Amino acid sequence: MGSGFVTLFIVSLIIFAAIAVLPGDFAKVALGRSATPETVANFQRSLGLDRPVTERYVSWIGGALKGDLGLSFSSGSGTPRTVNGIIGPRLKNTLFLAALAALISVPVALLFGIIAAIRRNSWLDRSLNALTLVGISFPEFFVAYVLMLLLAVKLPIFYSLARITPGMGVVEIAERLALPVATLCFGIIAHMMRMTRAAIINLLSSPYIEMAKLKGTAPWIIILRHALPNAWAPISAVIAFNLAYLIVGVVVVEVVFVYPGIGQAMVDAVRSRDIPVVQGCALIFATAYILLNLLADVIAIATNPRLAHPR
Amino acid sequence: MISKPHDTAARHTGEVLLDIRDLVVEVDNSGAWQPIVKGISLSLRRGEVLGLIGESGAGKSTLGLAALGFTRPGCRIARGSVSFNGIDLLRESEAARRQIRGTRIAYVAQSAATSFNPAHRIIDQTIECAMRLGGLTRQQAIAQAKALYAEMQLPNPNEIGDRYPHQVSGGQLQRAMTAMAMICKPDLIVFDEPTTALDVTTQVEVLASVRRIVTDHHTAALYITHDLAVVAQLAHRIMVLRHGELVEEAETGRMLADPREAYTRSLWTVRNLEKPEEAPTQPILKVSHVDAHYGDFKVLEDICLDLPRGRTLAVVGESGSGKSTLARVIAGLLPATSGTISLNGAALASSLKQRAAGQLRGIQMIYQSADAALNPRHTVMDLVGRPVTLHTGLKGHACARRVVELLEMVELSEHHITSFPSELSGGQKQRVSIARAIAADPEVFICDEITSGLDQLVQEQILKLMLNLQKELDKTYMFITHDIATVNAIADNVVVMQRGRIVQQGPKHELLSSPTHPYTKALLAAVPQMDPHWLDGVLNDSTARLRRQEALRQSALV
Amino acid sequence: MHIDHADAPLRPIKYRRSRLSMLRKNLKRTSWPARIGLAVVILYAVMAIFAPVLAPFGEADVVSTEPFAPWSLVHLFGTDQLGRDVFSRLIYGARNSVGIAFITTTIAFFIGGSLGILSVISHPWLDYLLSTLADTLMAIPQLIFALILLALFGSSIPSIVLIIAVLSATQIFRLSRSLARNIAVMEFIEAAHLRGEKARWIVAREILPNILPTLLAEFGLRFCFVFLTISALSFLGLGIQPPSADWGTMVRESATFISYGNITPLLPAMAIALLTVSINFVIDWFLDIASGLRDDQ
Repeated sequence: MGSGFVTLFIVSLIIFAAIAVLPGDFAKVALGRSATPETVANFQRSLGLDRPVTERYVSWIGGALKGDLGLSFSSGSGTPRTVNGIIGPRLKNTLFLAALAALISVPVALLFGIIAAIRRNSWLDRSLNALTLVGISFPEFFVAYVLMLLLAVKLPIFYSLARITPGMGVVEIAERLALPVATLCFGIIAHMMRMTRAAIINLLSSPYIEMAKLKGTAPWIIILRHALPNAWAPISAVIAFNLAYLIVGVVVVEVVFVYPGIGQAMVDAVRSRDIPVVQGCALIFATAYILLNLLADVIAIATNPRLAHPR
Repeated sequence: MISKPHDTAARHTGEVLLDIRDLVVEVDNSGAWQPIVKGISLSLRRGEVLGLIGESGAGKSTLGLAALGFTRPGCRIARGSVSFNGIDLLRESEAARRQIRGTRIAYVAQSAATSFNPAHRIIDQTIECAMRLGGLTRQQAIAQAKALYAEMQLPNPNEIGDRYPHQVSGGQLQRAMTAMAMICKPDLIVFDEPTTALDVTTQVEVLASVRRIVTDHHTAALYITHDLAVVAQLAHRIMVLRHGELVEEAETGRMLADPREAYTRSLWTVRNLEKPEEAPTQPILKVSHVDAHYGDFKVLEDICLDLPRGRTLAVVGESGSGKSTLARVIAGLLPATSGTISLNGAALASSLKQRAAGQLRGIQMIYQSADAALNPRHTVMDLVGRPVTLHTGLKGHACARRVVELLEMVELSEHHITSFPSELSGGQKQRVSIARAIAADPEVFICDEITSGLDQLVQEQILKLMLNLQKELDKTYMFITHDIATVNAIADNVVVMQRGRIVQQGPKHELLSSPTHPYTKALLAAVPQMDPHWLDGVLNDSTARLRRQEALRQSALV
Repeated sequence: MHIDHADAPLRPIKYRRSRLSMLRKNLKRTSWPARIGLAVVILYAVMAIFAPVLAPFGEADVVSTEPFAPWSLVHLFGTDQLGRDVFSRLIYGARNSVGIAFITTTIAFFIGGSLGILSVISHPWLDYLLSTLADTLMAIPQLIFALILLALFGSSIPSIVLIIAVLSATQIFRLSRSLARNIAVMEFIEAAHLRGEKARWIVAREILPNILPTLLAEFGLRFCFVFLTISALSFLGLGIQPPSADWGTMVRESATFISYGNITPLLPAMAIALLTVSINFVIDWFLDIASGLRDDQ
């Protein structure tokens, strides 16, 4: 548990270090060639770049904990743009997209992964295996464009662009999100299914599973009573691990479908080198990722009888 | 007195319970089906105990599982029938077989530690069958389980079931598993090497409880083991298997007294191998007052021993006694924290890095598992040639010629020189390990359980080879073993270890015939003998039993 | 050559195994997906090496006055937004996209592999230090980390190669460390120490041959991952910069054409997908023979 927060602290340091090691002429790049030394100094002061590093870290992380991620570099004089203002509305969109993808892909991947493991080497297992191999090999943007070409252009069933407006209802948003969600699910299900299959096969080869069979236990009781209690740890690790692909996928998919999420905001910020926005997005992504992994660890510990009932 | 089930009349008159006819089981070897059980037939009457003995690859476990109508993944039953109580298990549906498994036929696996589900309490696993198929309520089943725990002589039978498998010792788990098998009062139990993973003193306890419960409940059993002495204590009848075929079948008494087949007789020979004790010589290796620690934990305490030149010192003890640790300390792998070790009168540095090349050469280790000790990516030439090059400077063809000489010394031949370890049999691999040790031309060989992973016949060959080499080369051996038969076969002197200390040492015959220390006595008493009445002797001699318990208690206090 | 006599005293002993026969035996065991995969990988390699010879037009040459020209005999897959030949750029893309991913993976293996083995054979504190460092770097999703660093250092080929190499090295470090650790506890390593072998021998002759097959398979998988990451970055406009022909960038530049039902933008994406699928097929086969090396009778 504690180690997770230590990691989070170190990660925040790394993300913050992005500013600390910022090349000195960054202000010039940001302000353009016409910048005078005074405007550069002003710019740096306005961003707090003239203060000592530790002080800046404390105020940045303090702000971040209170939900304030500072000012964007795109702030003009007199028109302050906060990172929150840029990220805030988009965060909700991204969470919605990611949650929808996770909600669909996790049960599907687990179900098919377990079926493939139980029906190992059957035609079903082999075809699922070939399909997932393709799934992990294809770049997200390829899947996205193929889906777009087939399901939005050739057969106009879905929207090719996921433009949403504040007034839309949940159903309408979900409809617009069909293709992005499908793209995300394709990759994640493939990865997650393969790992679930491997984990379950490993589990089913345990001597205690054979013992249960020799005790005349029915197959579904073996799965529910003998395999499942030992499967929480590997399965939660698989889920947490694969949500990293979700993060990668979100960034690409948002760009392909022009969906206003933080993935797209982050890419734009990287292109314009708007460091505070990059930091803010990175902090959000990293925190989500670390918390998920932490949760997987907690589940692994909670379901391990060796730790729950020490000698 | 517990009567040995030998004399009950039931087995002659009782109905046939299990009848296996011409069973052929095949295993999938990358696409090709190869038979591992090649047409074996057996029949078992109600209340009868049949011992199945054989070496690895004999197909005895496969046969045992087939008695439940079960095959492991990758195996299939190609031909034959398995009929239990008149029901042909192979023709029944899987659901019908499930009804019989656990209730009418139960199974006890070799490794209780891995065969219990780590996620559930022992009691819940014990009563699972009884509640689902036996029609008992939870209370009834728990009461039954507790009674069986008591019968199996588990400590605290009322509470032990509430523990998780990892909280209980190996011997206790094995007994709990037998209780689990007994819970539905089955007609037949298949025991698959239930005591093989246990220490000898634990084995006696488990054997006694298993035999008592099987006799008391008049349960038939298939008892699978590689140890003839163990099966002799339990079985009415013994079948000897080899390479998936039946070699010989007979009543236990007849089998022990008058084995007909050469192969059966050969299973005895390793036990009869005995090295005549030779006159003492000057010590070549002296260990005095050595202590060693793993971290803060003291693993060796005040070890003093001498290795006489050209003789064999056997170091005996159960797992955890520190005998392998002692080998590592002498070899320099684990630096001693105090005390001295000297080779040929010169003190050895305690850590490996500080020892001179000549000193390193002087002591060679041979390991229990040749699979772990031989790099799987090296050919025999690489494996044996490297120490030749290091210690003699020979290279290329000269080195290869020396390697062939060494291979011939260990009774391998030139064509093995390009083999990888995976292409050799277990015995051949161990010979390569020995050749590698000889290549360095050491003074002392430390042999750490070098025969215990091998089949009986191969064990005998390896022991004979070691004896011959000792005669030819006048080398000194330190032989670490848990097996008294091996001690008899090879040792001149014996050291008995327990909990990191030497409890007794002396010349072999003196020590084996008149043990003085209580632990030595307990250890020797626990070694199964070929005599079918050995277990009775151990258990019925109540004074001896009390004495043994007392001895164990005392030695625990020391 | 002289003729051997069975009992000649100095008869040469054949003590080396022919590698060629083993290779031939393994090639016989290829399944058809592996053969197709192998053929594709070789095709890509040829394309990358002989791109200037094979491509009808130059990489960045504007060869047509007509942007987005349709498919024709002269311009097999038409032209792009600047009037450059798409077919030629696809061929050059093999050189740029695949070449850069290959170099990146190689650097990652050099760093990760050597540090992984080093941390096993050296002091525990160095092991602790390196492991903590790797764990920390891995605590941030790789693409996110890459984006932060790219924001800082800007997108240039050297910075992409280094950033992705270092981030991938953490995974390789972890794998090679755990592989080497499993081997290092084996008794044959102990036996080598007892012979007084130097660390160099132990690493090169005892540990490496045992972990190499797994590392090679990992190289293939890691290459796919790196290749996909760099392509994704290029697609996002943060990777390999124009005018270099790169498959990810090419998709990005012509993506709008999808909306008109034109499949030209999918060609470079397909080129990426085909290679990664092929490599996965080859790895499956390779893992099969690598495990066979150990327990083949």
